[in-house]
Amino acid sequence: MLRAEGVAKRYGATVALEGLDLAIAPGEFFALLGGSGSGKTTLLRLVAGFETPDAGRLLLEGRDLVPLPPYRRPVAMMFQNYALFPHLDVFDNVAYGLRRAGVPSAELRRRVAEALALVRLAGLERRRPHRLSGGQRQRVALARSLVVRPRLLLLDEPLAALDAGLREATGFELRALQRATGAAFVMVTHDQAEAMALADRIGVLERGRLVQVGPPREVYERPATRFVATFLGGANLLAGTVRADGGVDCAEAGCVLRPAAPLARPAGSAVTLALRPERVRMRPEAADRAAAAEGEGPNATRGTVVEIAYRGELSTCLVRLDGGTALRVSRPSAEGVPARGTRVALAWPGEALTVLAD
Amino acid sequence: MRRLAVLAPASAWLALFVAAPAVVLLGIALGEADAGVPPFRPPFAADGTWQGSFANFATVLTDPFYRDAFLRSLVVAFATASLCLLIAYPMALAIARVPEARRTPLLLAVLLPFWTGFLIRVGAWIGLLRDAGWLNGVLRALGLIEAPLPLLYSDLAMYLGMVHAYLPFAVLPLHAVLARRDPALEEAAAGLGARPATVFLTVTLPLSAPGAAAAFLLVFIPAAGEFVIPDLLGPPEAQLVGRVLWGEFFQNRDWPLAAALAVVLLALLILPLRLFQRLEARP
Repeated sequence: MLRAEGVAKRYGATVALEGLDLAIAPGEFFALLGGSGSGKTTLLRLVAGFETPDAGRLLLEGRDLVPLPPYRRPVAMMFQNYALFPHLDVFDNVAYGLRRAGVPSAELRRRVAEALALVRLAGLERRRPHRLSGGQRQRVALARSLVVRPRLLLLDEPLAALDAGLREATGFELRALQRATGAAFVMVTHDQAEAMALADRIGVLERGRLVQVGPPREVYERPATRFVATFLGGANLLAGTVRADGGVDCAEAGCVLRPAAPLARPAGSAVTLALRPERVRMRPEAADRAAAAEGEGPNATRGTVVEIAYRGELSTCLVRLDGGTALRVSRPSAEGVPARGTRVALAWPGEALTVLAD
Repeated sequence: MRRLAVLAPASAWLALFVAAPAVVLLGIALGEADAGVPPFRPPFAADGTWQGSFANFATVLTDPFYRDAFLRSLVVAFATASLCLLIAYPMALAIARVPEARRTPLLLAVLLPFWTGFLIRVGAWIGLLRDAGWLNGVLRALGLIEAPLPLLYSDLAMYLGMVHAYLPFAVLPLHAVLARRDPALEEAAAGLGARPATVFLTVTLPLSAPGAAAAFLLVFIPAAGEFVIPDLLGPPEAQLVGRVLWGEFFQNRDWPLAAALAVVLLALLILPLRLFQRLEARP
């Protein structure tokens, strides 16, 4: 329903977006993921009409959006800090868009009540925004955007201002609301976990360019570029040279890397592969000769645990490989974590290796 | 304790230069005019017996001459403050919409008149407006008029002088509020279907109300007691309270009556101030 074709935007010498193509399907929950300065908020502001693209077209259901001022676009936007009107109470905040559309007062009251019920804020109609909690404000902002029944809702970091505890619950609510309303949601976030948890598809932006678009699982497991691999889930990057048999000699890992499908690249060319920390199997190095084969052969190596970061359900160990590089390895904390200084044997399946484009 | 220490200089200043003179003023107002030095009899005799009266207040409040002076002063102050607000608002909004780095020169330009003495600025208006002044000269040279227009000593000249003198006091508080406004609120309104004019009326304007109130009062209060501008530029027949006060004090040497006028003026001006504080105290 929304198509961006070759959209570009510059601020002076800074390139915010460059030749961006994107198509959003009706009723889709799409997450634009990127770091600060990646142009993700610029794209949202272009669609909402607060900025004008230097080049390219933005089509909503076939209609060119660019010549339309913001107040004529059938698009609603939820701002990062919600931008609730401080001089209006909850009811008037939510009713604002309906009043501008000239909705008759009986219908207006009914629709505001519906919207407030949807976000579970009934009874708070006469509160001013400053007397609401962060979560309540976020829901008022949602109700205010949804009550006008936009075809497309733009959300700028919708969960960023919430406490960590509220974030997951609100995320589930956001998903449920999106399904209930059938509107397409385009969310901007810098939080990869949030993007993966909520979105049907993710678009990863790097310095004004969309580097990969796809379902969360695909983007996570098959990152296209070095940037995507590290930005989502912090993959390990292993550099090596292609062998004639389709494997990769990786001196820094101290082993041969063998992806599930042999590489169809000329032997001797340089290549980088991504390896997710949670796909690496880690065992204490066996002292006895019987298990000595562990940590040898392709997709296996040895090293020493040098750092351990406890992250709740997962713990991440930094393992200094004998080949020289350090590998991040995470495993469920419940399975026990080797102590610092432990010698470990590491191994991973061939399908855990992803060949990167750059 | 520390709060007290911080407030002490301000409190001392207020007590010495505001409260004490007000008490002295009230004392004089309760006395009676008398030939002598000083030219009044204090309300308490040397032995402490009461010999004052409220006659001066009664005169000030009931005599149509003084009542009309008060009324006219309030009307002039109200009109001046309203005009200043109307002119200052678009100026302040325009300055607030300019990128931050370029605001300072514009604000300095607003303050530029202060670099010239107040009386010189009023005098400049006389030079512009009098019968043989610049404006009449230009109009006559262009052949638009035969005889000079009676511009000086009119309401027009008075308001020109008043608005010119007080405009910066209105621009600055408005700019302070408008520069702090959150552009996301205006964008949110536009995103919800509000045209630019509606955005202004429903978001920008209501949110700048405290600044507008401050701007209004900062002009209204000094304008109500203004005496130089109406005296030098305004019509001679219309007496404003500032002019009347000056006359009672220096020409009639009726200090008690002048003091009563000043006390009543003060009381009249405290009223809108209190109202403003109420408004400010609201969340």
